[in-house]
Amino acid sequence: MTETTEAVSVRTHRATPQRRGPSATGAGPRTGGGRGRLLRRATPWLFLVAPLALLITFTYVPVGNMLYYSFTDWDGISPDRNFTGVDNYVQIFTRPELFRVFFVSFYYLAASAFQIVIALYFATVLSFDLRFRNLFKGLLFFPYLINGVAIGFVFLYFFQDGGTLDTVLSWFGQDPDHAWLGDPESANTSLAGVSVWRYTGLNFVLFLGAIQSIPGELYEAAQLDGATKWDQFRHIIAPSIRPVLSLSVILAVSGSLAVFEIPWIMTGGATGTSTFVIQTVKLAFQFNKTGLASAAAVVLLLIVLLITWIQRRLVPDEKVDLV
Amino acid sequence: MGKTRTLTGTFLAVAALTVTGCGGGGTPSTETASAPADPGSASGTITVLTQRTDLIKNGAMKAYAAEFNKVYPKIEVKFEGLTDYEGEVKIRMNTDEYGDVLMIPAAVAKNDYPKFFAPLGSSIEMADKYRFSDKSEVNGKTYGIAQFGTANGFVYNKALWKKAGITDWPASPEEFLADLKAIKAKTGSVPYYTNFKDGWPLVQWSANIGSVTCDAEANNKLAGPVSPWKPGSELRVIDTLLFDIVEDGLSEKDPSTTNWEASKSKLAKGEIGSMMVGSWAISQMRDAAEQAGGNPDDIGYMPVPVQREEGQCSTLVSDYQQAVNIHSDHKEAARAWIDWFTEKSGYSVKEGAVPTLKSAPMPDTLKEFVDNDVTFVERSEAKTGTVNDIDNAAEIGLNKPDYRQKLVDIARGAQKGSAESYFTELNKKWDDAAKTIGS
Repeated sequence: MTETTEAVSVRTHRATPQRRGPSATGAGPRTGGGRGRLLRRATPWLFLVAPLALLITFTYVPVGNMLYYSFTDWDGISPDRNFTGVDNYVQIFTRPELFRVFFVSFYYLAASAFQIVIALYFATVLSFDLRFRNLFKGLLFFPYLINGVAIGFVFLYFFQDGGTLDTVLSWFGQDPDHAWLGDPESANTSLAGVSVWRYTGLNFVLFLGAIQSIPGELYEAAQLDGATKWDQFRHIIAPSIRPVLSLSVILAVSGSLAVFEIPWIMTGGATGTSTFVIQTVKLAFQFNKTGLASAAAVVLLLIVLLITWIQRRLVPDEKVDLV
Repeated sequence: MGKTRTLTGTFLAVAALTVTGCGGGGTPSTETASAPADPGSASGTITVLTQRTDLIKNGAMKAYAAEFNKVYPKIEVKFEGLTDYEGEVKIRMNTDEYGDVLMIPAAVAKNDYPKFFAPLGSSIEMADKYRFSDKSEVNGKTYGIAQFGTANGFVYNKALWKKAGITDWPASPEEFLADLKAIKAKTGSVPYYTNFKDGWPLVQWSANIGSVTCDAEANNKLAGPVSPWKPGSELRVIDTLLFDIVEDGLSEKDPSTTNWEASKSKLAKGEIGSMMVGSWAISQMRDAAEQAGGNPDDIGYMPVPVQREEGQCSTLVSDYQQAVNIHSDHKEAARAWIDWFTEKSGYSVKEGAVPTLKSAPMPDTLKEFVDNDVTFVERSEAKTGTVNDIDNAAEIGLNKPDYRQKLVDIARGAQKGSAESYFTELNKKWDDAAKTIGS
């Protein structure tokens, strides 16, 4: 320690007010009095400064901006913007074509119901002792690890005329000669299929985690009582993973309403595959209606919040009590 | 719970405050960015924003800058390549930092040019020297100089067309369709490729507004409730042609999975008969032909198949226009770069494009057009601002792929409707929007 730093430390010591008394352990705050209490109160906030700054900068400020834009006619680039009141919201609710895209979400909603069922099935099966169990787990989870853009491109080749799907079908003597992304129905079904392929792994892992937290004795006891595998699923597994199940359903519903990257990359919203988010992006960045697009985004947010709220009311979050 | 609510409230209040704080923008300035009088003394470091990331990667841009430095030794030129040029620049333009020289993004409304860019000179003087200068003219001042322009028409595989027994350019849409049918029947190739999936090649059809009636004012005439798809109009003729091509099965079987990069070599190899693209694509197609082991001379270019008294016409339209950032500290240097790059760099010759300089000759790629007396129609863009406003308000997108993708879908039966009903719908949208814009 050099002289100067020593001097500094001495000075700081002098600057601190007198202690009221030695703390019992010596580990208490060095400063006492009102300032000490203030500091103690402020400590959690000091720790929170970084995360709060990030949260405010990257979540609340953009959301606030979006809300503000939604009441203007801003084109996303001009320095001038006019306040137009609720005009954008009126437009969204009075132009049926803006809401029609929500029908596309039903394809994804149906797909996610299917997705939850398979994920549940595999999670249940693979939670029991099985040969190559880890291999299957890996296979199921793998698609979720791949970048969504890459998936889009891969499946573009998969579905193209004479592509992988057609080739595989031809091995079985099938020759559908069908442009899979060519008409709205098969295009949406195909895209929803891709989304199932991608997200099953996530649901699967969530379910698997929940199932594996069930104590093994329960199965043994059930087996002794003569319960079949189905009985075990119905009375042990299903009730104990209910919170995770309901979380998955919420995620599935909000995800279906906000589908974006798969149809955006694979079809760009052509041939009736446009979803609400794609439409919003197009309004904002193709037609320079940032104000209207912000309003659409706010509406989507409110719809998702509403659905979540309704669902929480219907299926309240109960404590799971296994034993 | 109560605490969280107050907290959220505070954040929203903070957010609202922040929002009101950032409504800023550029202040209009009338200072003209003129070229330096003495090349030797002009100095400064300028940043050029460009969409040509390929030219930055292969060092071509650096080579241009080195050439530039022989004339202007004290100006340092830096390049910034942006892959998603439109999207990124648009967002950056909310700040002052968008380079010294940039290409004017399509999203900027024409009337806002004076808020973002320094004027380059009076529009009368500019129009004498440069093509396409009215595209960026606001109140008698010009704000941009085109990098180069393109002629518009179809790129086609000559060898394939010859194989199908066709030697002359079709002179009407009916002849064009008949030729495509002959190609399909005699060679089995795909007569026309839409590039539906990539979308932007469908936009190219709009560049032909003006080719049909040989009218340089064609685009300006759209500024109003004029039902652009009425019988006999530019858009009606070109969109009907596209519709018929698809309806007659003369385009690729599965448009939803097309691939632009692959289409270039397919055309070069004669697997595709024709595509609608700007003349800038000719040199790319020739390169692709060479790489695919084909003959680059097989790549031909023909105008829209409408014969009029004047002959056949092809519109000349401007590519990106280069402008000077109004906040730039080195406006002189920036202007020096734009002038040098447009006139002396040889860029447009290399790209096989129509030069911006009126006095410069047409490129080799358009030799066929020159030889066959195709009339070049330099399309006026004086009212593009209003036309774009109407287009955006109507959410049609003349320069976006969506409405043509729907047209193609209707033509191949993937969506309900007919050409007639769709054109009526588009006309109505356009006219309604034009009325609200109030012109």
